[in-house]
Amino acid sequence: MIAGDTLSRVLHIDLTDRRFWVEDRPDLFENYLGGSGVASNLLTQECPKDADPSGPENPIVFAVGPLNGVFPLASKTVAMFKSPLTGNLGESHAGGRSSVAIRLAGYGAIVVKGSSATPVYLSIQGEKVNFRVASVLWGMGNSYTVGRVIREREPGSGLRTIMRIGRAGERLVSYASVITETYRHFGRLGLGAVFGSKRLKAIVISGKRSLKVKDPQTYREVYKEIFESITKSPAMKKYHELGTAMNVNVLNESRSLPTRNLKKTFFETADRISGEKFAQNYLGRRAACSHCPASCIHLATLREPYAFDPFFFKTTMISYDYELIYALGSMLEVSSASQLLKLLDEVEVEGLDAISTGVALAWATEAQERGLISEKETGLRLSWGDWEIYLKAIRMIVEQPNDFYSALAKGVDHASSKYGGRDFALAFGGNEMPGYHTGPAAYIGFLTGARHSHLDSAGYSLDQEAVSSKGLLPVEEIVDSLLAEEQWRQVLSSLVICFFARGNYTPEVVLRSLSTVGYDLDQERLRMIGREILRVKNKFKIREGFNPQALQVPKRILETATPLGNLNEATLRKGVELYFAKALTKSNE
Amino acid sequence: MGRISVRDVNLCVGCQSCMFACSRRFGEAGLGRSTIHVSSAGGVERGFIVVVCRGCADPPCMRVCPTDALEKRADGGVILDPKKCIGCRSCAETCTLGAIFWDEENNKPLICVHCGLCVQHCPYSVLKIEPTIADGK
Repeated sequence: MIAGDTLSRVLHIDLTDRRFWVEDRPDLFENYLGGSGVASNLLTQECPKDADPSGPENPIVFAVGPLNGVFPLASKTVAMFKSPLTGNLGESHAGGRSSVAIRLAGYGAIVVKGSSATPVYLSIQGEKVNFRVASVLWGMGNSYTVGRVIREREPGSGLRTIMRIGRAGERLVSYASVITETYRHFGRLGLGAVFGSKRLKAIVISGKRSLKVKDPQTYREVYKEIFESITKSPAMKKYHELGTAMNVNVLNESRSLPTRNLKKTFFETADRISGEKFAQNYLGRRAACSHCPASCIHLATLREPYAFDPFFFKTTMISYDYELIYALGSMLEVSSASQLLKLLDEVEVEGLDAISTGVALAWATEAQERGLISEKETGLRLSWGDWEIYLKAIRMIVEQPNDFYSALAKGVDHASSKYGGRDFALAFGGNEMPGYHTGPAAYIGFLTGARHSHLDSAGYSLDQEAVSSKGLLPVEEIVDSLLAEEQWRQVLSSLVICFFARGNYTPEVVLRSLSTVGYDLDQERLRMIGREILRVKNKFKIREGFNPQALQVPKRILETATPLGNLNEATLRKGVELYFAKALTKSNE
Repeated sequence: MGRISVRDVNLCVGCQSCMFACSRRFGEAGLGRSTIHVSSAGGVERGFIVVVCRGCADPPCMRVCPTDALEKRADGGVILDPKKCIGCRSCAETCTLGAIFWDEENNKPLICVHCGLCVQHCPYSVLKIEPTIADGK
């Protein structure tokens, strides 16, 4: 680190006593870089063992890293907390303006603890944390409005992040999200509910400082090289053109798009909700996170006439991505783009995680179809493709009018433990599954990944390679690849680089970037840091009761064939066993 | 030479690569010295606003400076002589576009020199360099 860099400053905020203070932690930022590395250590220190995820003792940790504000696509912030969804490690990443705002406000991490007696939002301006009344914003029906109100009241336009929750977070839906800059999210694992449990409606923070580099000339050279590699890379072009929604047709054609609660892997009308069709008929604007020339955010324009006066129109900009289209589209067999957009909008309005919401509704539809639950519980006739019913069901998850919806608001693992249907409750480690029925590597990744997310170790990518060229790898090799990938991703998410730029930020490029900000490391040290961070996370999980042997494998994923054939539970379990044998020991390579 | 101009703001995605490029001019990272600013037009859904010096032929900022610290630049706009500047902020308050930014560390205005680094780093050609505005236009 460069002497005097504000990165090592950790801002502590206590909502109970309405106090704040800054602690200097160069030790953490020297040894663990920032982001995931620093946040996982702060979480371990700040979160008491067996803490209630909804209790004041559960800390919210935000962390950025040494490359944020310095290099392009170092554009993410890491949030860590104990997850109300899984009861274990909660980690979620978001872009927007969050990382640049936090870094340039002069902090490397923010730790929020305690619980406010009344609703508040925090406005962090320079050295001051202002506790602002949020009782007027509490209960507001639309998360967009909350953003608009704060935007008008607070300074720092263009240089700030406004992280806020919707009603889902207030009502403690276990998979409520935190929304930043309207279209980016700390989506997964329920950070929104942790905000809600603390009566914390929003955090706004802005900053515009300069950051020193070791040698301006070298900095400019390394910057130029990275900027050019990003703006000329074909991968980035894909993210910019169709966006992640390009995957809809790709996965459907390869028979790996989970459809109808994964009874199928092919959706006959998938093309109607594909990236290509969205671009053709609805794409209205593309936007970027701060410091990201790739600009992957795709906003659809939905124009609807009002029934009472057809010359009045409601025009809504709605963000779409692959995972959202999978969860609320193919999983529910909603194949009209405009209808799907209304579901995506509702999820945004309420502040829910789209993946968990879609998977929960898919489970509920099948459970109702099979008679495990009836209209007595759901109050609705849930049926595949009926978007209007799903729209109502989304609101019911938030409002929780009865025991059934209260259970569904805790995730499919919980709901199926009460109502049955575990075999088709598609969650891993308590986290609803992402949209990749590609083969064994994807599922070993969901089971073993620290966040039980496809982003942990990208097993789908190994499966896709196996289909296209290499053939099915032995489970030992799958595990080695997944582990190496997850360890390396700890480095990227500590800097904090968007995983979309993982092809540009090779270890060699990362080392040179880091040397411009005073980190003199080598490849071995970098890899060691990655291994260590993953070990810290898994140690936290085990401390909080995680047991790899107790992981559930829903039968549905074994029944429905993947492009690599039907999966075998014994193979998956062997993968899990091998993985943890290696991940938890100090000397694995 | 010439001056920076916004070619088509509808192409702006809000990535702020221009702002970072501007700050790098001083050999720094971050945004402390940027003389160009991009913010949303009241939420990302409404698009973006790009604020940058227009290189006026008759710059009001120059006329209000009490210490003559701003000199007319040949191709439009002004050049700051920091030795003369007392940091009174009159120039920044006068600029109709709000295109004079503030260096909080040094308490001096940050004024675009129309070097074109932002143009080079705009991935979507939102910005361009064009000839000076002729007097009176």
